[in-house]
Amino acid sequence: MSLVGEGITYAYVPNRFVLADVSLVVEPGNTLFLLGANGSGKTTLLECLCGVRSPQLGEITVDGVAFSTLSSRERAKRIAYVPQFPEAAFAYTVEEMVLFGRAPHVGPFGRPTKKDYEKVEEALALVGLEGLRARPITTLSGGERRLVLIARGLAQEAPYLLLDEPDAHLDPANQHRVLSMVQALAEKGLGVVATTHNPNSALLYGHKVLLLRAGKTLAEGDPRHVLSPEILTEAYGISFQVLANGAGTKAFLPRVRAI
Amino acid sequence: MRALPGRAERISQVRRAGLVLGLCLLPLPILFGSLLLGRVQLGAGEVWTALFGGAVPETMRALVWRVRLPRLVAAALVGTNLAVSGAAFQGIFRNPLVESRILGVSAGAGFGAALAMVLGIAPAGLQILAFAGGLLAVGLAVLLGTAFGGGILVLVLSGVLVSSFFSSLVSLVKYFADPYVQLPGITFWLMGGLSAVRWSQVWPLAVASGVGLVGLVLLRWRLNLLTLSEPEAQSLGLSVRKVRFAVVVLGTLLTAAAVSVSGVVGWVGLIVPHAARALVGPDHLLLIPASAGLGAAVLLLFDNISRTALPTEIPLDILTGLIGVPVFFLLFMRQLKKGGGWR
Repeated sequence: MSLVGEGITYAYVPNRFVLADVSLVVEPGNTLFLLGANGSGKTTLLECLCGVRSPQLGEITVDGVAFSTLSSRERAKRIAYVPQFPEAAFAYTVEEMVLFGRAPHVGPFGRPTKKDYEKVEEALALVGLEGLRARPITTLSGGERRLVLIARGLAQEAPYLLLDEPDAHLDPANQHRVLSMVQALAEKGLGVVATTHNPNSALLYGHKVLLLRAGKTLAEGDPRHVLSPEILTEAYGISFQVLANGAGTKAFLPRVRAI
Repeated sequence: MRALPGRAERISQVRRAGLVLGLCLLPLPILFGSLLLGRVQLGAGEVWTALFGGAVPETMRALVWRVRLPRLVAAALVGTNLAVSGAAFQGIFRNPLVESRILGVSAGAGFGAALAMVLGIAPAGLQILAFAGGLLAVGLAVLLGTAFGGGILVLVLSGVLVSSFFSSLVSLVKYFADPYVQLPGITFWLMGGLSAVRWSQVWPLAVASGVGLVGLVLLRWRLNLLTLSEPEAQSLGLSVRKVRFAVVVLGTLLTAAAVSVSGVVGWVGLIVPHAARALVGPDHLLLIPASAGLGAAVLLLFDNISRTALPTEIPLDILTGLIGVPVFFLLFMRQLKKGGGWR
């Protein structure tokens, strides 16, 4: 039981590979962070994993079933995608937006039933947004909007949750709020994949990390063991230093010249 | 313990559902009232008797059944079709400034109608050729858009191209038309109007409207998903291109059927969905039926002005423009005052 990608290779333009032979395994109960510089292939990999793009080579299977044999509706019942921002053209309410997550469970000509509304309630309760149900999403803060999209992913009832930079554009408190939420969801048994630009997010909240460079796997494994100033320098091209408080917590910062 | 929806929110949901029901029923009293108006004023009792049986003079029965009713039913259907297809197109193009003419249906229908008049096969052939012209134009726009990759932007671009191409064809036909007999007919048709509409024209309109409306009503919740970004909608299990195509086909059917009877009528397809959205919110589950009722009501009112304000008919497109633009402006100003901008 896991989400497995094997030898994923993707090129937007023939022979210019954004992803070359990347493999990964996401198990239920685990959080995998995808790290890498801009343009290293993180987002493309995430889009392949949620079925929005089909890799030219390689195969993705979810709980033993190949993507190629799944309809988009069946795939959406297994994998939920959480984008950075809600990109709706109109100002839907929180409830309406979360209800869209029920789409794979509603028939082509159907409409949501009482059961779907109950699932929405549960999802909103899980992220703590019950009180904002009737508010247009355009009136929410950035952190709240991110939680609405996570709730939509939860309403989808998929065992795997894929998040595009869940910590981007948020203040430190909201970063913590969102990422600890994601961590808690993994502990409840979801398999989670998240891209991030912050190595410390992977260090603090991740079980595993996959470091990409130019579309290839640079390093993979437990972030506490894998992440080091040397490997980050290889990935990003600048030098890093470690901050440690002695109690086991550490963080990486770019090394700047002393004043 | 799961929190239950608050009392205030429940009331607002009930109120919105009631509002939608009210909007859907609104055309009925307006239609009845409109039957009284005209060069010969009728009393409510007389009209009621003529409609639902009883002794009335044969001329009165004919006036109600053969002259006024087909025209008013056509007005209601045209209004519904333009508003519903406008709402659906604003959804799938993810743009509140779009209406169903964006893909060239009006220009194509105009060409068909002009051709029919020059060939001398109006009025019987006019409705058919106008309808066919509308479908042809949109078909070309979709083919062109698909050839260029099938995204929303290229589809709009193809629609604009095809529209201007067919507008030029209309001008070409006008240029060669007889300036004393045919040209005025073409010009009046392009300004829209429902004078002299007979049941024989209403039936095909009703059938096409039925098909298009049932389709869009069934798809209306799924329409919401098309207003998200394409990857988002795909990740929710939607076959974006397929559903979008289905909506284009149904919306075009509605518009072409309407325009082939009424001529070109602008603004209704743009403003009514906005007004409906301001009343019931952006969820297409409510927006589609609300637009349907409001569209019929609005066009019935416009048509009443068109046929009673002056001794001669005022073309509909002139009225919808002259009244529609200020109304749109007022809506816009109100939305700005409320804060949060236009949505």
